[in-house]
Amino acid sequence: MSIDNATVRHIARLARLAIGDGELPALASELGRVLELAGHLASADIAGVEPMAHPHAQALVWRDDAVTEGDRADALLALAPETRGGFYLVPKVIE
Amino acid sequence: MTSAIAQLAASLRARRNSALDLARQALARAREHAALNATITVDEGAALAAAERADLTLAGGDTPALCGIPLVHKDIFCTNGMRTTCGSRMLEGFVPPYDATVVERLAGAGAVTLGKANMDEFAMGSSNENSFFGPALNPWDLTRVPGGSSGGSAAAVAAGIVPFATGTDTGGSIRQPAAFCGITGLKPTYGRVSRWGMVAFASSLDCGGVLARGAEDCAHVLAAIAGHDPRDATSMDRPVDDYVGVLSTSLKGIRIGVAREYFGGGVEEGVGTTVRAALAELEKLGALLVDIALPHADLAIPAYYVIAPAEASSNLSRYDGVRYGHRCSAPQSLEDLYMRSRAEGFGAEVKRRILVGTYALSAGYFDAYYLRAQRVRRLIANDFTEAFRQVDLIAGPTAPTVAFKLGEKANDPLAMYAADVNTVAVNLAGLPAISIPAGFSEGMPVGLQLIAPAFAEARLLAAAHQFQQHTDWHLHVPGGAA
Repeated sequence: MSIDNATVRHIARLARLAIGDGELPALASELGRVLELAGHLASADIAGVEPMAHPHAQALVWRDDAVTEGDRADALLALAPETRGGFYLVPKVIE
Repeated sequence: MTSAIAQLAASLRARRNSALDLARQALARAREHAALNATITVDEGAALAAAERADLTLAGGDTPALCGIPLVHKDIFCTNGMRTTCGSRMLEGFVPPYDATVVERLAGAGAVTLGKANMDEFAMGSSNENSFFGPALNPWDLTRVPGGSSGGSAAAVAAGIVPFATGTDTGGSIRQPAAFCGITGLKPTYGRVSRWGMVAFASSLDCGGVLARGAEDCAHVLAAIAGHDPRDATSMDRPVDDYVGVLSTSLKGIRIGVAREYFGGGVEEGVGTTVRAALAELEKLGALLVDIALPHADLAIPAYYVIAPAEASSNLSRYDGVRYGHRCSAPQSLEDLYMRSRAEGFGAEVKRRILVGTYALSAGYFDAYYLRAQRVRRLIANDFTEAFRQVDLIAGPTAPTVAFKLGEKANDPLAMYAADVNTVAVNLAGLPAISIPAGFSEGMPVGLQLIAPAFAEARLLAAAHQFQQHTDWHLHVPGGAA
């Protein structure tokens, strides 16, 4: 499976990873090799086989729609790189 | 008595030692073995304070087995007030405001946390070379890797710094380092141990567990950490077996399946010979060896290296430089903030897996990669179900080789992935498995993997313990025997 630089750039954009132009060829080759490995899956006879997303066939667990955490806003905001007045700060999005 | 934990517990109860003594000794050994780089964080103050509390509990009598026993946690478990890096620059300064359930339960049992063990970044790796904090080294040979991703945990136990450590296993990350370092590593059934507070890599595969000298040690620790947790919706609400009580169960009549697929071309001759000798020992103890087939075993690596990266790309999208974790300097826009914070915070292997996962989940490729891998996952799980109609356990080499040299596979991701050939299928199927020391090849430890049906940890531990009652491979330590 060969992957070109443009595909790597597109995937990196979807994954929100900044990739320098110089890194593209090596990444393209590595991704190509991993996808080639994944290509072996084509040999399996999967007709009629249900996809398995999880080890145990178990119903989704419901819980009461109730608050279980106390007010920990200050402790959680303290982890953020930048906050002001109880909010997370990010660069301006709306001009 | 072969259990390090049982011996220490007895000495604490006989007042030959205090928990404070044990903590001080362990801290001294951690300093002595600093070159192993087995830990990312050691918190002497917290360890000594916890030891003092354990001594008070011990003075009151009737205490759990782990009271006063020192350990290190893999740095993937959140520890309240103690930084939790997951081996990544992304979380270099992250100090969680809460404890993981595993951490909480071990602290509740009186175990004394020294600090946090080194690991491959976000548990992605089989050599510990992907740690932002530098590789941990193998105590048997400092030029070799300890395995990964729980490499620091394995090195710390093998070097005798602590009698046990926690680990996590998404594709072999407890069993393979245990094999490489000559100790015992237990990966429980998916859902047996709560994932709450365990930094997520691939949520349908991730499993917390334990690395220790012997199966009896693992039984004591599993007894403390297993069980339902309402905070983890995938944690199973079913009774916890008496793991310690069943250890004396004999191997007589236990049917052990030997899958030829696990002795394939990639398995080194010395490893194959050592494991076959261990199988002969099991047979001598009364087990019946049965040839079985796991026809889709060769598809486990391809399926795993689609599913795990796909789940990782989704899980790791939470690291956005906004709420916690690394943030780039002077972002020009929100997009720039995301892209550069992530590019700077993640290492090469993590980025590679995020890209592979993003590709496998992207429009046009989802069916061909992710959905197909999930269908193959079921075929692999069905192989085990079929096999367990005929046998009680399945055995084989944990890893195809002994611990390899630092740098040997670091530049070849696919060669590194091949190290997981005998372990990943177990995670895809969600089964419990254990790696136990089986002997040596080229002077390096070899691990025997035993796999059991879901929730049969008791059977697994009893078989491993019986083997260890009649062999002393698990008692060999680096720099001298038993």
